[in-house]
Amino acid sequence: MTFSLLIAQLINGLQTGSVYALVALGYSMVYGIIKLLNFAHGDIIMVGAYMVYYAIASFALPPVVAIILAIGVSTLLGVTVEKVAYTPLRSAPRLSLLITAIGVSFLLENGAQLVFGADQKSMDPLITGSVMFGRVNVSYTAIVTIVVSLIIMILLWFVVNKTKAGKAMRAVSEDMGAAQLMGISLNRTISMTFAIGSALAGIGSVLYLAAYTQASPTMGSMLGIKAFVAAVLGGIGSIPGAMIGGFTIGVLEALVAAAGFSMWKDAAVFLVLIIVLLFKPTGFLGKKMQEKV
Amino acid sequence: MKKTKLSTPVRYTINTVLTIILWALLTLFVSSSGLKGEYYRGILITIGINIILATSLNVVCGYLGQLPLGHAGFMAVGAYAGAIFMKSTPAATLLRAGNHAAVIPYIIIAVLVSAVVAGIFGLLIGIPALRLKGDYLAIITLGFGEIIRVVLTNIDSVLGFKFTYGASGLARIPKFTSLNVIFVFTVICLFLIHVFMKSRHGRAVLSIRDNEIAAESVGINTTFYKTAAFVFSAMLAGIAGCLYAGYIGSLYPSTFKFMKSIEILVMVVLGGMGSMLGSVISAIVLTALPELLRSFSDYRMVVYSLALVLMMLFRPKGLMGTYDFSMGNTIEKIINRIRGGRRKADTADTGKEVQG
Repeated sequence: MTFSLLIAQLINGLQTGSVYALVALGYSMVYGIIKLLNFAHGDIIMVGAYMVYYAIASFALPPVVAIILAIGVSTLLGVTVEKVAYTPLRSAPRLSLLITAIGVSFLLENGAQLVFGADQKSMDPLITGSVMFGRVNVSYTAIVTIVVSLIIMILLWFVVNKTKAGKAMRAVSEDMGAAQLMGISLNRTISMTFAIGSALAGIGSVLYLAAYTQASPTMGSMLGIKAFVAAVLGGIGSIPGAMIGGFTIGVLEALVAAAGFSMWKDAAVFLVLIIVLLFKPTGFLGKKMQEKV
Repeated sequence: MKKTKLSTPVRYTINTVLTIILWALLTLFVSSSGLKGEYYRGILITIGINIILATSLNVVCGYLGQLPLGHAGFMAVGAYAGAIFMKSTPAATLLRAGNHAAVIPYIIIAVLVSAVVAGIFGLLIGIPALRLKGDYLAIITLGFGEIIRVVLTNIDSVLGFKFTYGASGLARIPKFTSLNVIFVFTVICLFLIHVFMKSRHGRAVLSIRDNEIAAESVGINTTFYKTAAFVFSAMLAGIAGCLYAGYIGSLYPSTFKFMKSIEILVMVVLGGMGSMLGSVISAIVLTALPELLRSFSDYRMVVYSLALVLMMLFRPKGLMGTYDFSMGNTIEKIINRIRGGRRKADTADTGKEVQG
């Protein structure tokens, strides 16, 4: 493998990794606040991707409108799922909540299969062209993906750490009861977390379509699981952790594929996750959990 | 007024008799259905396999209180182990010659091989995985399950021999799973789960579910029992896989996707986590229902997932909660109610095989 090929693969990896990171942020934020692994998150991306596809391929809307539509629908869907399926179970055992999330995920997947059809929908690439850096050919899609996701992550960091709403989110994730006593609206804060997470998923779906130009009902499940692995790997509940996790997995996949084992890349991702969890049970940047008697 | 208590041998005799009656009824039903008998036989075998899968997952999910998402992985390991063993024996020629009795020893060995191999995998996966809890355990078992599937898909192309035949599938497995075989092994598996859970060890497992720290503080070796329950569950899943291989005749790694694990989990959850009767009932219903609603097969999975969500919203404990049926106890109750009357209550219920 030549050096330029390696660089090209690394950029590929960073591109997929930034999509993973965006999706992982959604997982991470939701987990941080209500301790729920939102299995339905990956399927929200799928719905977002279909929105982009139909807007552009069927209704010939300009891409900007399609992107706004995708983000809007994803956000709405995420908040609706939270209100309908998760809010009634807020005081139920965590296992019931988790299984509900799995149920919602399969409902969305199978619902999409009925509504959109089981076949893959292909569309023209959103962004075309590439640029040469020395001997390395970098597509505009990769540049846009990486830059957009970096900007969004910085914005998110700013929202969570510097705004009032972000402060409320951090307070609720620290101690729900105490936050409520301080006059923070629990429902509004949790809904907002879901809204932000789902909006990120919407952006992720656009970037995913830009890279792969395909939408299918089951695309969300593997993407979701990978992003979730990224979130766990980086330390669930932590924003920089989700970024690190996402980039790690993206680059790992690209390198495994470049080494000629593309069929094994799913196994490699899970293997790395398992090894990391065994040595650092809460991921790279996760907080240690103390168990009280 | 002194209450009548049934002794353990009496309870087991009643259950054995009822089991044999159930077997006779099923056999009669299939053989008297004429042309449709073959179709019913297929459904009954699938039900049996799903009962073993659901009840075995229930051991970890309901009794141990953990959430593993890699059950299909163990099933896959068992299925491949059993299938590869059966292919290496002369079972296929014996079955073609109609010599079913001569195949029985091979079937027993195949099932044992599957159980042992799946158990070894359960041990290898359980030891690291059970160090984690809750969501982390779910994701790590999911990871292991997916790794097993990816390895089964690719192992031949890397090592260069014909073993699992990769994605093209392991075909021409002797079809040894008859209705009698599945019935016997389902009963054995349910019986094993029952005796395990009624034993001291079973109570240790239950205590870990209820409060792990408290269990540890009264001297229960929690790591040992968690691993033991996990391995036990994996072994039973391996048996189910072996029987599945013998029924379906050809194996593809794509059968054992993450989705399969979820399907099994749905059975356990709908039936009620911690209730063996619940697992059995929901395994029967969820297998038979799609067959009855063939024309609605497009909506099957939607109904499935919707049922899961609604069940969690309105009855988070599942159909049966943690209630378990006991033939012996029911009969005792009836006897005590018609106190003074004669013991003629045996015909009262359809009978669950194993509840003592």
